[in-house]
Amino acid sequence: MSIKEVYSRKKKSWRSLIKMRERGENTNKLEREDSVQSRIREICDRDSFKEMFRTVDSPDPLGFPGYETKKKRFQEKLQQSDACIAGTAKIHQKKVAIGFLDGSFLMGSMGYAVGEKITLLTEYAGKKNLPLIIFSASGGARMQEGMFSLVQMAKTSAAIEAFKRKGGLYISCLTHPTTGGVSASFASLGDIILAEPEALIGFAGPRVIEQTIGEKLPEGFQRSEFLLEHGMIDKIVERTKWRRVLNHILYLHGIERR
Amino acid sequence: MENRTRESVAAYEKVLIARSKERPSVRDYIQHLFEGFIELHGDRLYKDDPSLTGGIAMFHGIPVTVIGQKKGKTTEEQIQYNFGMTSPEGFRKAKRLMLQAEKFHRPVITFIDTPGAYPGMEAESNGQSNAIAECLAFMSAMRTPSIAIITGEGNSGGALALAVADRICMLENAVYSILSPEGFASILWKDAKRAPEASELMKITAEDLKEYGLIDEVISEEGDVYDSIDMMLTKALEELMRINPARLATMRYQKIRSLDKAAGAAYRKGAADERNSYQSQQQGAAGQKGQQL
Repeated sequence: MSIKEVYSRKKKSWRSLIKMRERGENTNKLEREDSVQSRIREICDRDSFKEMFRTVDSPDPLGFPGYETKKKRFQEKLQQSDACIAGTAKIHQKKVAIGFLDGSFLMGSMGYAVGEKITLLTEYAGKKNLPLIIFSASGGARMQEGMFSLVQMAKTSAAIEAFKRKGGLYISCLTHPTTGGVSASFASLGDIILAEPEALIGFAGPRVIEQTIGEKLPEGFQRSEFLLEHGMIDKIVERTKWRRVLNHILYLHGIERR
Repeated sequence: MENRTRESVAAYEKVLIARSKERPSVRDYIQHLFEGFIELHGDRLYKDDPSLTGGIAMFHGIPVTVIGQKKGKTTEEQIQYNFGMTSPEGFRKAKRLMLQAEKFHRPVITFIDTPGAYPGMEAESNGQSNAIAECLAFMSAMRTPSIAIITGEGNSGGALALAVADRICMLENAVYSILSPEGFASILWKDAKRAPEASELMKITAEDLKEYGLIDEVISEEGDVYDSIDMMLTKALEELMRINPARLATMRYQKIRSLDKAAGAAYRKGAADERNSYQSQQQGAAGQKGQQL
């Protein structure tokens, strides 16, 4: 399939997504499959996104059976090295460092490559005095990389903490789903934390909790609205309003056009 | 093949040893290593998590902040301590005590022993993710020396949240992993019974992790374990307390930044190999072209 075909297919699916939303249907699953590319188009100024750290790839430190092949398949299908796309972009001409986790690449799980890209992006934003925006969509740490994947939580959190202490603005945007090692590290550390409606956000997955407590979870548990009610996020933002809301927050922080 | 089976038993045996109720708990370590321990309770927000102990004590004349997870030995204790599964309140208490330690320039010593952070409804409602993230972010940047010792089972973010230290040590028979081998096997193979196989694959023993550079030191359990820990702490504190706190925080950042250097090296080597093979292909192609011409 050519890139053009992929694009047009994605565009079409996005239109139908809006229609489904209007009908009040749950579109979370479809949205997860929706590509990061269309998100970039919706949020950033036209052609302003410049991808960085493209070649950072995950190794297979444990030699986990079948991991390399599985990863290769996703790399070929999605034409990207791992579950994270990072770079710089402009939002209404305000320059930002922006990263996206791709939930369609091995559940958006965080292994070496994702952790390294987020860290590199954060360090770059710190060096260039850019605001940092990260869109998360992840099932958590990437099991196949074992401890190497767990320490990514420490690495990314340390980078974010250093960035924030130096006065950087970090806006964390949570989309469906954001759980496990990603939600328990950089995704929860935003100066401002925003989330998409009905996104599943939590530490443990619903199945694990149900096993622990031995009963079914109530409806809406661990969804964005639940988190807002419990004081864990700042605001819920509709998918179509990201560009407007992010621009407004940047404006309120005195980020100027350049 | 035979060798492989033996190894798998060895790794899983360590898991079982690490989980054994016979092993000393944080209370024993505090009693043997420090004097004048005073326990401090509560997260100042909601409640006190009994699965995580914290307080101030003296270590050979140096005041230190001690934080440790406890599992409990009797069934009653286990229930009281929630089997060592720390709640958000516990991580927030830990962060509060670290903040306090930073203020009074006290080194922080953590004892890690947990099957993981608690995955329950209340924990989720109270922001387990946020509590873990805040705790590990603060620990990574705080301006006071820190030493982490994994004494038993160190699983998932629940262990990592207290392990982002200047010195990361493990007892010889402790294990440190992304998830329990049972959980790992059931996620990847939908079969928790394959835990022994998983524990071999996961590289969770102190020896393996030391080799990868994910931890700094393995503490021998032969002879008196308290003596060994005492020696390690004395040496580490002597080194760390000499360094300027701001510089120490920078050094810690560099350390955390390169914890995964073994994986990074594998990646860089892979990338270099790929480049080389690409170049040689190009050269080969060019050579062929030359011949054709």
